[in-house]
Amino acid sequence: MKRTTSRKYVLTKRLDNYFYGVNNAYLFTADFFKQALRRPFHFKELVNQCYEIGLRALPLITLTGFIIGIVFTKQSRPSLEDFGATSWLPSLLGIAIVKALGPLVTALICSGKVGSGIGAELGSMKVTEQIDAMEVSAINPFKYLVVTRVLATTITIPILSFYCSVVALIGSYINVHSEENTSFVIFFKNAFSTINFLDLWTAVAKAVVFGFTIGIIGCYKGFNATQGTSGVGKAANEAVVMSMFIIFVEEIVIVQISNWIRTF
Amino acid sequence: METLHVIDYNETVISIKDLYKSFGDLHVLKGVSLDLHKGENIVVLGKSGTGKSVLIKIIAGLLKPDKGEVIVLGKNVDKLKLKELNELRLHIGFSFQNSALYDSMNVRRNLEFPLMMNYPKLTKKEVDAAVEEVIEAVGLKNKLKEMPASLSGGQRKRIGIARTLILKPKIMLYDEPTAGLDPITCTEINQLINEVQEKYNTSSIIITHDLTCAKATGDKVAILIDGQFAKAGKFDEVFNSNNELIKEFYNYNFIQ
Repeated sequence: MKRTTSRKYVLTKRLDNYFYGVNNAYLFTADFFKQALRRPFHFKELVNQCYEIGLRALPLITLTGFIIGIVFTKQSRPSLEDFGATSWLPSLLGIAIVKALGPLVTALICSGKVGSGIGAELGSMKVTEQIDAMEVSAINPFKYLVVTRVLATTITIPILSFYCSVVALIGSYINVHSEENTSFVIFFKNAFSTINFLDLWTAVAKAVVFGFTIGIIGCYKGFNATQGTSGVGKAANEAVVMSMFIIFVEEIVIVQISNWIRTF
Repeated sequence: METLHVIDYNETVISIKDLYKSFGDLHVLKGVSLDLHKGENIVVLGKSGTGKSVLIKIIAGLLKPDKGEVIVLGKNVDKLKLKELNELRLHIGFSFQNSALYDSMNVRRNLEFPLMMNYPKLTKKEVDAAVEEVIEAVGLKNKLKEMPASLSGGQRKRIGIARTLILKPKIMLYDEPTAGLDPITCTEINQLINEVQEKYNTSSIIITHDLTCAKATGDKVAILIDGQFAKAGKFDEVFNSNNELIKEFYNYNFIQ
């Protein structure tokens, strides 16, 4: 009997903590929208963060995008050859890279590279009382640290996503060119022939939502870090795990919405 | 060391009445009351975990009390809106235990930052002049280009104090200003606290468990034991008392 009560207590406590966390995350996000629209705007810090985030992720995105382009082309070719449809390869690559792989791969890389960086940076500022120091100096740390970083990821990740798609398509083109001697113009013309306006907007919307997710989760985890240096590591780790999970959920939701719009 | 400033007992800059604060089941402050007068230095002594830092964090509006009133410069901290609280915070300097310098900024930027964020219309010349003044006050003029990571513990404390002084506060709150420092640096920091008070005419609450610091900087000391002030008054008055807990605290420090 005692054991059941104790189990019940643990379960209720866990549920309590879970809903408390959800409510806190909601309030944190609501606070972002409230404060993002209010003066003062820290443009200089926003530009600085965009530069930092872009620079931090650029080498990895270039490498990954290029490799994905080559590997995806190499793996798709045999299947299309079976049906004698290799001429469809550029179109397939265009659809796969621009609509799905570009935004998703960029988001996953950035959640690892940028999200963890934000979580660790803010977490370390929190546990060393640097955030409190801002607060007692009459500076709004949420506005200076959170709003600028979330806006920076929301702006930068779509740009990085576009860049990743271009690099992946160049990788694909190099592979296609080496096999079939296809010209650059024809490859890209075919690659984009099956992509319409809605596809492009879906890709942009996805990248914007992913960027926001990475920024807000990284900031939320960092801003609420506790328990000294171990808390910093935990914040960075949770920022990556949670943002990756939410990115996959968002991917499904956005694709569903896009397909639903397409039916009209 | 004798302090040369004049204490105005008619003007209370901080008035704390019956303050309570708990964290879950842990009751940290249990009815604390304290008055800080203009020009006065009060040292709050106590063992680790007795809620000394919590007390000054409540004064600065970083934590909310469960019960009780904190009046700072005539304003009830708990009842202020964020904008009003920030206006009040411009008059409060807070020196953190670990200095809390911004790691990503060099010393100059650390000092400029609060000024530029609060007074964006200041010219570069005015900001530079303010930086020069405070860095000279703490005696680290040659460290402006250095990053916080390259400074010693004592230098970090000094820069932390300089950063608060740049906003010309009326009240200074020091959280363990001599913690983790060697005896010579402790003496230098104690001197600096007294110099700050004389030069900037501040009133201060100094949180410490270091009796040398308490004696050197405090006009009054108050001992926080088990969430309440066991005794407050002049240093000798307090430590000449027959209270066993105070004696225990004194002897422990003496042995240390």
